[in-house]
Amino acid sequence: MHYQLDFSFLAERWPDFVAGAWLTVQLTVVSIALGLAVGTICALVRVYGTAFPRRVVGLYVELIRNTPLLIQIFIVYFGLSSLGLKLSAEVSAVIALVVNMGAYTTEIMRAGIQSIQRTQLEAADCLGLTRLQTILHVVLLPAMERVYPALSSQFVLLMLASSITSTISAEELTATANLVQSDTYRSFEVYIVVALVYLALSALYRLAFWLIGLLLFARKRKLGTAL
Amino acid sequence: MIKLNANHILYLVEATEWTVLLSLMAFAGGSVVGLVLALLRVSKVRVLRGLASGYIQVIQGTPLLIVLFLSYFGLGILGYKLDPLVAAGLSFTVYAGAFLGEIWRGCIEAVPRTQWEASDCLGLSRFQQYAYVILPQAVRIAIPPTVGFMVQIVKNTSLASVIGFVELARAGQIVNNSTFEPFAIFTVVAALYFALCYPLSLAARALERKAHVGR
Repeated sequence: MHYQLDFSFLAERWPDFVAGAWLTVQLTVVSIALGLAVGTICALVRVYGTAFPRRVVGLYVELIRNTPLLIQIFIVYFGLSSLGLKLSAEVSAVIALVVNMGAYTTEIMRAGIQSIQRTQLEAADCLGLTRLQTILHVVLLPAMERVYPALSSQFVLLMLASSITSTISAEELTATANLVQSDTYRSFEVYIVVALVYLALSALYRLAFWLIGLLLFARKRKLGTAL
Repeated sequence: MIKLNANHILYLVEATEWTVLLSLMAFAGGSVVGLVLALLRVSKVRVLRGLASGYIQVIQGTPLLIVLFLSYFGLGILGYKLDPLVAAGLSFTVYAGAFLGEIWRGCIEAVPRTQWEASDCLGLSRFQQYAYVILPQAVRIAIPPTVGFMVQIVKNTSLASVIGFVELARAGQIVNNSTFEPFAIFTVVAALYFALCYPLSLAARALERKAHVGR
């Protein structure tokens, strides 16, 4: 069968794609920020907490990491609304993504925190740092520096996974694609365009995380050495 | 309205079989593609390395959902009307291949250089080096991360529901459409996924611990 590729829908519909991509960026940036916060706190609990909170965090991590994001999104969106808590698709998407991201970040940050040696904590004690100062400057920042590559690839994976929120009609990039293809019947072309947009977005995210890494970990930049 | 009953649960369990089948298809297909990619990635020919790396970059930078749509709706328009099972199997092969390729490349590179040098000295051909020296050692390094990635495969098969393939996630939606108890149903669905994935996670962790003994 002879088929002519036709991208003419782009002339009219490109603002839709831009709007969809923008919502994808908004959703993921919020989810990454909140997910990182949740994950960092959980990781601290998991390493330094008492037995019971540690169990709870462990359970949370295992439950989330062993079930699909799609089902988590369904539980938040359909499940909670059936229990009387009505949330918009976008809010549900962010909640599900944060809960998901938090579990993965916990494991990554835990590895980082556990790599900080006891002697570092003892040294911080000797210097008279407060508990908060120790956690921020001696534990978290160096821990994050060590696991930063893993963290940033997890962030990119989250951005790609956010496409799943299209199933609950959050109008992000993939949902836009579904809409445009059902209007124009140009599904092959539409999904190729969207695949390219996602590729560009993941390149953009990688660049952004690299720059943030340079800003955040000044020591590495100055000395040019790994830990 | 129909109440949620044992038949619904039974239906979900039956649908789990399709999830398992889809996962096995994805793993089998992905292994073949992944092995080829991993070998290309460590090839001496630059063009081959570049091609494999380009493929991996593109697939790892695109959501699996878009790959699924491309193969189901996209190829359909081009005149290849694929069955959802075939479209899903194809997409998961493409996807799992890229990730397994990258994991296994790391494992091949983790085999010490001295093993290459020693087998060079023994006058083994490139094929013999791979078959008798490098790959057997790489396989042992590769088992824990591969089992870990199988968890990702099982979870990602849930996306096949979007193109109408009736596996566990889609079955959950179908039951929900007749009973309207989403919280209960999707919790059961999540529990079934957990039952599939958690043993794999535990196995991956145990294998990892075993592999690190003596290090």
